[in-house]
Amino acid sequence: MRRWSLWVPLAVFAALLVLVAAGLLKPADRTVHSAMVGKPLPDFVLPPIAPGKAGLDSAAFRQGRPRLLNIFASWCIPCAAESPNLLRLKAMGVPIDAIAIRDTAPALAAFLRSNGDPYQRIGDDRQSTVQLALGSSGVPESFVIDGSGRIVLQHIGDIRADDVATIAAAVRDAR
Amino acid sequence: MTAEVGLAALWLAAALAALQVAMAALGLARARPEPAVAVRAIAIVQGALAALAMAALIALFLASDMSVRLVVENSHSAKPWLYKFAGAWGNHEGSMLLWVTILGLAGGAVAILERRLAERTLIATLGAQAAIALGFYAFLLFASNPFARLDPAPRDGLGLNPLLQDPGLAFHPPTLYIGYVGISVAFSFAVGALITRDVGPAFARAMRPWVLGAWIFLTLGITAGSYWAYYELGWGGWWFWDPVENASLMPWLAATALLHSVTVLATRDGLRAWTVMLAVVAFSMSMIGTFLVRSGILTSVHAFAVDPERGAFILALLAIYIGGALALFAIRIGTVRAGTTFAFVSREGGLVINNLLLSVILGIVLIGTLYPLVAASFGVQLSVGPPFFNKAAGPIALALVVSMAVGPLLRWRRDDAATLLDRLIWPIAATGFAGAALFVLAPPGLFPLLGLSLAAGLAVASILPLVGRNPWRTPLFTWGMVVAHFGIAVSLAGMACDSAYTAETLTAARVGQPVRVGPFVVRLDGIKPVIGDNWSGLEARLTATRDEATIVLRPQSRIFTDPVTTTSESAIATAWDGQLYTVLGQPDGQGRWQLRLWWKPFVTLIWLGGALIALGGALSLVGRWRRERRAAAREAYA
Repeated sequence: MRRWSLWVPLAVFAALLVLVAAGLLKPADRTVHSAMVGKPLPDFVLPPIAPGKAGLDSAAFRQGRPRLLNIFASWCIPCAAESPNLLRLKAMGVPIDAIAIRDTAPALAAFLRSNGDPYQRIGDDRQSTVQLALGSSGVPESFVIDGSGRIVLQHIGDIRADDVATIAAAVRDAR
Repeated sequence: MTAEVGLAALWLAAALAALQVAMAALGLARARPEPAVAVRAIAIVQGALAALAMAALIALFLASDMSVRLVVENSHSAKPWLYKFAGAWGNHEGSMLLWVTILGLAGGAVAILERRLAERTLIATLGAQAAIALGFYAFLLFASNPFARLDPAPRDGLGLNPLLQDPGLAFHPPTLYIGYVGISVAFSFAVGALITRDVGPAFARAMRPWVLGAWIFLTLGITAGSYWAYYELGWGGWWFWDPVENASLMPWLAATALLHSVTVLATRDGLRAWTVMLAVVAFSMSMIGTFLVRSGILTSVHAFAVDPERGAFILALLAIYIGGALALFAIRIGTVRAGTTFAFVSREGGLVINNLLLSVILGIVLIGTLYPLVAASFGVQLSVGPPFFNKAAGPIALALVVSMAVGPLLRWRRDDAATLLDRLIWPIAATGFAGAALFVLAPPGLFPLLGLSLAAGLAVASILPLVGRNPWRTPLFTWGMVVAHFGIAVSLAGMACDSAYTAETLTAARVGQPVRVGPFVVRLDGIKPVIGDNWSGLEARLTATRDEATIVLRPQSRIFTDPVTTTSESAIATAWDGQLYTVLGQPDGQGRWQLRLWWKPFVTLIWLGGALIALGGALSLVGRWRRERRAAAREAYA
C-alpha cells in the first residue's frame, strides 16, 4: 500500500466534518417548498367516475381560464370537512375540477350526495399515478392552475374557512 | 441531596478519567509497571462512580423530585413507575449520562477481565477508553448537566413524549447504547494496539468478545427498535430508512464486517490493517449516529432531541477522537508488520468478499443519509427515501446472502472451486426449487422472488457446516455461526413475504359494516371512550373472522394531556402465518370511522430472525469465552 493512501480515510472524514459543520451552522428552514409551483401541469387523461360528469384531462387546464384542481377521496375525512369551503369558492365563481384518489363510483356518489358537489369534472385515479406525478403526498390537496396550464399554488391539507380568500385571490391573480 | 451526590460523583469520575489518561501516558513513556496497577484500579473506580451518578438520576426520577429541571421537563408524578424509571434516559441529558455510565463500566470490566493481552497494550487501551470518557464527562458537565436544579420548584412536571411511553423504551436505548459503547472498547483496543504497534492474533482475541457482545446488543436494539416503530407509529411499516434508524444500522454493518475480519486476524493472522481500520470506522459510525440523533441536523421521527449547540459540542468530540484515530492509523499502520497472505478461493477470501459487500452497503446507507445535507448546501431541498435505499442496497444485500451461503463451506488458506460446487448442490437446488414453486403458485415481484428463493438456499446452506459432525462435539461458536446465518435467512424470508403479499385496506366504516382484508373479514362493532393513567381516548371493538374463527381487536386513539398529543395505538393479532394490523383513525361526523387494516403474512419472521441472529452471537460469545478460558488454564498448567 502506498504511504499517501493511508491518509485517504482522514481526508474523507475531514470533508465529512466540513459538510456537517456547515449544515449545523446554517439556520434551519422549516417551511415546505413545493417543487411543482411554476411548473406546467403534467400530461394526463383520467376516465369519469361520477354519473353525468366528464372525466378529466390536462388539456382542460390550458383554455385561458385559471381553475382550481382539488385532490380528494370519499374515504378521506378532512375532504368532507373542506367541502363547505369548496362550495363557497364555487359560489364566488371559481371553476373547480377534481381527481378522486383510489375511490369507487358508489362510495363517491354517496360522498357527493351528503357533502355537496362543487366539481365540474372528476377524474378517476385508481392507482394514484396522477397524484404522484403532481407531487401530492396526500388527500386533500388543492392546486391553482393558470390559463396556460401552469401551477401557481399548491395548498396542502384541507381548505379551512380562512384559506378561502387566499385561494380565491390566487385564482383571480392567475388570469 | 441526591442530585448533589450524583453531580459530585460525575465530577469525581471525570477527574479520575483525566488521571487515568495521564497515568497511562506516563506508564507507556517510562515503560514501568507501577502506573499499570494504578490505571487498572482507577478504571474500576471511575466506572463505579459513573454508575453511582446514573443511580442518583434514576432515584430522582422515581421520587419525582420536581426541584430538578430534567425531571420537570421529562416526567410527571402521575406517570406509571416504569416510565418514571425509563424516563431517566428518555431525554438528552439522561441518555448521555447512560452512555458515559456504560462506557465507564465497560472500561472497568476490561480492567478486571482482560488477562491475556500484553500489559503495555492494555494500558494504552485503558488510556484511550478514559480519553473518550473524559470528552463525554466534559460534555455532560459543561453543556448538559442532568442534575441542574430549578428554584422555585414547580408543582408538577411537563410529562414524557407519549410516543416514548411504551415498555420498549425501558430496554431499547440501553440495549443500543451497550452496543455503541461495546464498539468503543473495540476502538480503544485498536488505538492501544496502534500505539504499541502490537496488531496480531492476541490483540484480535482480546478484542473479539467485545465486538461480539456489542454486536449482539446492536442486533437486539435494532430488532426491538424496528418492532417498536412497527406497532407504535401505526404506519404498518417495519423499517423506514429514517436517519436515526440508519444511525443504528451503520454501526451494525461495520461491526458485522469487523466481527468477520477479526476472526481472520485471530485465526490466520491476516487482514491486520483492515481490522484496525474497521474498528475505527465502526466507532466512528456510532459517534456519527449519536451526533445525527442529538444535533437535529436531519429531520426524523426521532426529532425529540434537537439542539444545534450540543450538536457542535459532539461534533468537536467527533473531530478529536475519529480524526485522531485516523491520523494515528495513517502514521502507524505502515510500521505494523504485514500479516499472512492467502489464496482468493479460501475462507479468508470469502470473508474479504463479505467485508467488501458490507462496506459497500455501509457506504450506500451513509451517502443516502447524508445526501440531503450535501444537497442543502447547494440550495436544493430533498429527502432520500426507501426507493433509493431499496434499489441501491437491495441487490448488494442479496449478493451478500449468496456469499454468506458459500463462505462457511470454504476451507481456510486454499480451497478448490470444483469441489466447492459439489458442496453447494443442496443450497442451489433449494434456491431453484423455492423460486420455481413460488413463480407457479403465487408470483411475487422480482425482488421478493429473489429474496424468498435465496432465503431458502441460505437456510439450507447455513445448516451444512453441521452435517456429518457430532452435534455434541461441534464447538459452540460453530453453532453460533449456523444459528446467526439461519436467522438471516428467516428474517429475509419475512421481509420478502411482507413486501410481496401484504394486503392493505383503508376505509371509512360504519358500525356493523364488514370490511375485507386478506383472508379476514373485519367488522366494526362499536366505539367507546376509555381512560388510562395519564390519557383518555377512544377504543374501537373490531371482530375479525377467518374460517369460522374470530378474534377481537381493540385499536385505540389516545389523547395525552401532559403534553397534549394524540397517538394511535394499533391493535395487532398474531396468527402462525402472519399478523392482522389495525389502526383507528378519525370520525367523519356522520357515524363513519376511518380504519386502516393490513394483513401481513409471515411478517413476524423479520423479528424472529433478528432474535435468532442475536442468539447466534450469544452462542459464539459463550463458545469463544469457554475456549479462551481453557487455553488460559492450559497455559497456567504448563
